[in-house]
Amino acid sequence: MIPELGHFALILAFLLAAVQAILPLVGAQRDDPALMALGRPAAIGQFAMIAIAFLALMYAFVVSDFTVSNVVENSHSAKPMLYKVAGVWGNHEGSMVLWVLILALFGALVAVFGGNLPQRLQARALSVQAMIGVGFLAFILATSNPFLRVDPPPLDGNDLNPLLQDPGLAFHPPFLYLGYVGFSMAFSFAVAALIEGRVDAAWGRWVRPWTLAAWCALTIGIGLGSWWAYYELGWGGWWFWDPVENASFMPWLTGTALLHSAIVVEKRDALKSWTILLAIVTFGLSLLGTFLVRSGVLTSVHAFAVDPKRGVFILMLLALTIGGSLTLYAVRAPALKGGGLFAPISREGALVLNNLLLAIAAATVLTGTLYPLALEAMGGGTVSVGPPYFNAVFMPLAVPLVAAMAIGPMLAWKRGDLPGALGRLKAAALLTAIIALGTLYWQTGGPVLAFIGIALAAWAFFGALTEFADRIRLFRAPPAENWRRALGLPRSAWGLTLAHAGLGLAIAGMVGTSAWKSEVIERVGPGDTLALAGYELVFDGVERIAGPNYSAERGSVTVTRNGDTVTVLRPEKRWYPVARMPTTEAAIRTTLLSDIYVALGDGPDPTGGWVLRAWHHPLVPWLWIGIAIMALGGTVSLTDRRLRVGAPRRARGNAAGGHPQPAE
Amino acid sequence: MTRKKRRLYLLGLSLGGLAVAAALALIAFQDNLLFFYSPSDLQAKTLAPEQRFRLGGLVAEESFEHLSDGITVRFVVTDLTNTIPVVFAGILPDLFREGQGVVAEGRLRADGVFEASDVLAKHDETYMPREVADALKQSGEWRGDE
Repeated sequence: MIPELGHFALILAFLLAAVQAILPLVGAQRDDPALMALGRPAAIGQFAMIAIAFLALMYAFVVSDFTVSNVVENSHSAKPMLYKVAGVWGNHEGSMVLWVLILALFGALVAVFGGNLPQRLQARALSVQAMIGVGFLAFILATSNPFLRVDPPPLDGNDLNPLLQDPGLAFHPPFLYLGYVGFSMAFSFAVAALIEGRVDAAWGRWVRPWTLAAWCALTIGIGLGSWWAYYELGWGGWWFWDPVENASFMPWLTGTALLHSAIVVEKRDALKSWTILLAIVTFGLSLLGTFLVRSGVLTSVHAFAVDPKRGVFILMLLALTIGGSLTLYAVRAPALKGGGLFAPISREGALVLNNLLLAIAAATVLTGTLYPLALEAMGGGTVSVGPPYFNAVFMPLAVPLVAAMAIGPMLAWKRGDLPGALGRLKAAALLTAIIALGTLYWQTGGPVLAFIGIALAAWAFFGALTEFADRIRLFRAPPAENWRRALGLPRSAWGLTLAHAGLGLAIAGMVGTSAWKSEVIERVGPGDTLALAGYELVFDGVERIAGPNYSAERGSVTVTRNGDTVTVLRPEKRWYPVARMPTTEAAIRTTLLSDIYVALGDGPDPTGGWVLRAWHHPLVPWLWIGIAIMALGGTVSLTDRRLRVGAPRRARGNAAGGHPQPAE
Repeated sequence: MTRKKRRLYLLGLSLGGLAVAAALALIAFQDNLLFFYSPSDLQAKTLAPEQRFRLGGLVAEESFEHLSDGITVRFVVTDLTNTIPVVFAGILPDLFREGQGVVAEGRLRADGVFEASDVLAKHDETYMPREVADALKQSGEWRGDE
């Protein structure tokens, strides 16, 4: 009964979305307030219906209702509760429901909090948002119904892919979708503004928090995915330039650009049509990501099970959305009036440079990701484009981007003073030089590029701090005055410092682990010792243990340094009998400076030996810390008072359970 | 600075940036494209000795063995028409099994043995790498359409 209710609610949501897509738009054209006003209740109703469907599906997973085929295929009665819940979005059908749920949530938030928006803009934005909803709800109902029944029901399910049974991955998809789908807001407002033919500072002020919220979620989502790959796949890599990873990275790049160009729209009333274009492209790339993951056109380790019908459907949605919005853009963009002028050396100029580099970087990643498809379509053979390509094209673009990142915030709006800005960065330059030389001294060996990387990281980090120190007049005013100024700074200034400094830390982590990691792999018996980066690893042996839905062989490795025991690591090899899949659980000892990472390989051989693989990853914790700080910076910036001016506070807790509220 | 000038300036900058990006991409493509070959493709091709590529097919039944150093493993990749022996020193992905699809990245040694530097992990046991499926279809050994 409950699955049928869920299915029925989805159909109702589809109908409501259709109403919401058409009537408010017609109302806005005809200047009919009654029709325009329909958008808000429709948006809230659509969200409520999808929420009912989502909860129905979750209920089926939680009570292990094996009459539902999706539950049979992706769950098991012995699975821990967290993964029963996470199993809802650990498969194609369920994750699509989560996708439209978030889409409708954003629509509902506009309906609830957008009371002070111009009515026409709100009506049009809600319509556009609902058009996307119609497309994807039709997709779910036509090709991916999560509520299909099986008869007769099996006694138990097939279990969720064990690799996905992990806390990092349980929360990875919701954050990723919040990011992907969050950009739909910027898209809807961009299209609405194009229909309207008008973009002003108020538009920028309204779009920026949504973009910022989506960006934070996407940053966290990518970070979680990367972290999961690092510890779960058992080989210590954190980024593989896999097509599906690129699919999430491209909207991140253009979304970052959008975040910065929206500042210019808001503050200086310039770069309008570029910002609109970025909003369209960013959401287009999000959709492209959805297409790549679900169609199976590219070989990826992350691909969902493939059904060509689905690929064609999403491709059509993609073509309609991007084609339609770009056509509208071509027709309407020339009518958008440009605003304030600025000199090349200015805050605006720096933000334009940031936008150019990010957009070009996204374009090169896109080229590399789609190249194998193009080549194969032209009969050029099957190829894959690997990490060397991406490193070769991405690094030369990232270097000037990061180098300029420290300088940009120092420049004034309209006309900046470059020598002056550089002069204020003297201390940062000095600290950067000290760090680079220090690295050169401590780390003999390692590629020259690594020192450049560390220097860049230090430059970004100290540059961000210098800007902050300047603002609070550190060392130039008494501490009490510093403190007073720091408290008085707008939250967006805190956000800038945190996000830029966080990126610096993350870069240091990337460079550290790429350039100076060390690895040993050896066949060991109990009592054997491995030497790794100044540590000794003693293999104590292996025992059998039983988990809730798996059995495992757990190794014990004692880590010592100069005779003192540091820790005992317990890497596991698990066997999930229902899914008939083994997984490797690496054991990691982290200090804030580096990780020791141990994975259990093949074994036991006839003499009782096991293959043990151990890594030392210097600085890798900074990567996750840096990403977390970036996301924190974005969140702090969201709480800026300025962003509330455009959207006054309403009573808490309506329709927004547990969701980051951009207007708060 | 007039609006027109600023436009020109921006346009020039964007075009310059795109040109640099295109140049970077082309240079990088030249060296970094990894072609995918099946064992049968390799019969028909002569490769530059150090050229890296991806080899795909099925792990032949009863071909898997450990070499005496305890680390290196040896197995045979087959598309059921031709075979190529592969050596790999490292930890195999969890889903590596005889009879299953596999994609290995590395180079062909002069003695005709493929030296793999990576054996690709697949997250899902029902997931067959598309290239492997295509290669099997080509050699007429594809069974069923899962």
